[in-house]
Amino acid sequence: MIRLESLNVGELSLDKLVLNEESFVAGGRKRKRSVLSEKWFAFFLIAPSVFFLLIIVAWPLAETLRLSFMKAGLGGEAFVGFENYQDLLESKKFHQTVIRTFYWMFLSVSLKMLLGLIGATLLNAAIPGRALFRVLIMPPWVIPIAIGCVGWLWLYNGQFGVLSGVGQQLGLLDGPHEFLAHKKSAFYSAVVTDVWVGTPMVSLFLLAAMQGVNRDLYEAAWVDGAGRWYRFRRITIPQIMPVIVTMALYSAIFTFNSFDIIWILTQGGPRGASTTLIVDTYKVAIGNYKFGEGAARVVVIVMLLGVFASVYMLLLGKLLRKYGTK
Amino acid sequence: MMDKYTKLQLIGLYCGVALFLLFMLLPFVEMFLASLRPLEHLFRSPYQLWSDDFSFDAYSKMWETVPLLGRYIFNSVFIAASVTFFTLLFVVPASYAYARLEFPYKAASLSGFLGVNMFAGAVLLIPLYRVLRTLGLLNSYWAMIVPGVAFLIPTGIWLLRAYLEKIPKELEEAAYVDGASRVYTLRRVVLPLATPGLIVVGVTVFITAYAQQFIFAITFNQTRELQPLPAGLYEFIGYQSVTWNEMMAAALVGVLPVMIIFLFLQRYLIAGLTAGAVKE
Repeated sequence: MIRLESLNVGELSLDKLVLNEESFVAGGRKRKRSVLSEKWFAFFLIAPSVFFLLIIVAWPLAETLRLSFMKAGLGGEAFVGFENYQDLLESKKFHQTVIRTFYWMFLSVSLKMLLGLIGATLLNAAIPGRALFRVLIMPPWVIPIAIGCVGWLWLYNGQFGVLSGVGQQLGLLDGPHEFLAHKKSAFYSAVVTDVWVGTPMVSLFLLAAMQGVNRDLYEAAWVDGAGRWYRFRRITIPQIMPVIVTMALYSAIFTFNSFDIIWILTQGGPRGASTTLIVDTYKVAIGNYKFGEGAARVVVIVMLLGVFASVYMLLLGKLLRKYGTK
Repeated sequence: MMDKYTKLQLIGLYCGVALFLLFMLLPFVEMFLASLRPLEHLFRSPYQLWSDDFSFDAYSKMWETVPLLGRYIFNSVFIAASVTFFTLLFVVPASYAYARLEFPYKAASLSGFLGVNMFAGAVLLIPLYRVLRTLGLLNSYWAMIVPGVAFLIPTGIWLLRAYLEKIPKELEEAAYVDGASRVYTLRRVVLPLATPGLIVVGVTVFITAYAQQFIFAITFNQTRELQPLPAGLYEFIGYQSVTWNEMMAAALVGVLPVMIIFLFLQRYLIAGLTAGAVKE
């Protein structure tokens, strides 16, 4: 709210600000007023963005909070207090969904970070063709997720998909396997696709971080006879640690909210086996028009993410201080 | 010397790269092969990687199966381009403020912006639906452009700010001393210098907007003529049968615009994206 007020003033004072500039230029004095105008100029510059996000993000958020205390649908709204939250607290299915979502997040993010690290290391190696390889890993990120998922739908198909086909020829599967039709494999298939979408970005950022490491460190270690693995473990990893932890958090939030992949591959099924919080919310709110119950879920999601991010940052601060990497 | 690899290590490295690329590109290869197969041969069991009946028929027939296909691809490009335009309109001034100017609540408001990233569009769908309804924007291009812009502003500010901070301050100060106003300096001195950064942010925003249309499209827009490709693609899943080969062909053709842009600008893009991340 404070921001909204100051931004209004900022918009109004544009003319004054131009005047200020002129008087500054003409006189070459009045340093103090020009500092003041810097503030107003800044407010004027960020005002449109702030204002826009207040309408499109903050207002809906406030509205969500209000709705979460309502029984709301297409018909109308009625205040029900904490009933929606109480239902969630008591619902065993919801508890399972929460656990599944965190499992989904940890599994997917760990794999993304691991693969991203491996990929970045490979692409960082001074081998011919690496410029080309760097371009070739990017398509999963470049194309729309929904379109990439169409390819995966095909891959996971039991009758004519390559995974089932090759699996059978190698004798790993004793018959066509519909990856998306079984509870376990549907969940893990969605994880694989999510990792596929997320890994290029992680690789790219870790690669950039690796290239930012001072080469003198490696040279010094090399002169001292340190092997490749040792240099990787004791120089590369600690040096790029800040980027790793930032990427992990960013990736975690993104994965937690990942919707398209699950929706297209399984719609949360079979029998809820791949339903994460976000898919559950979508089904309840948009699918069944239970806006109030959906809103309560959103509030829970935001709180869970908030708690997760704070705990993560807290632990991280301690960890980084302990290892002395900033 | 230090970077020299033995033959064995080189082989190992290339095998690693090959495996990694296989994972990244497998779906595309599969999609391409599927698009070449006649529909009746698609479902052949046991699985065959190569068959001798490949043809490009699907690429011409798909336009008949889904008559609006061309329109969907156009919509995708149009929506992403509009999102890019409006996002830059918001992001350029704001990121300049964060890169150069001192003002109260600077750090707090910046983290406020970045906090928006916490709520991916999916979380806010319900109330957003109502907000868009209140503003009368449902079932129009705006229904997909407006939320797209909102969720890309934070990322845009973050990236462009990092770039602007690297432009030497002296040039602006020189213009300032010469009597140029702040707005003039921003427009005539800073913006031309920031062009590479603008390209990076623009392309990033375009790619992301192109990629993330799906959820807004299926939720906020019921008008068929306005659907972007990812949503329109599902029309190949018909009442009777799914013309998989044409669907794959359409998907591949549909990603061409964004792939072309990426290929031409990837050099800037990769450098620029990572500049923001590695700074600290």
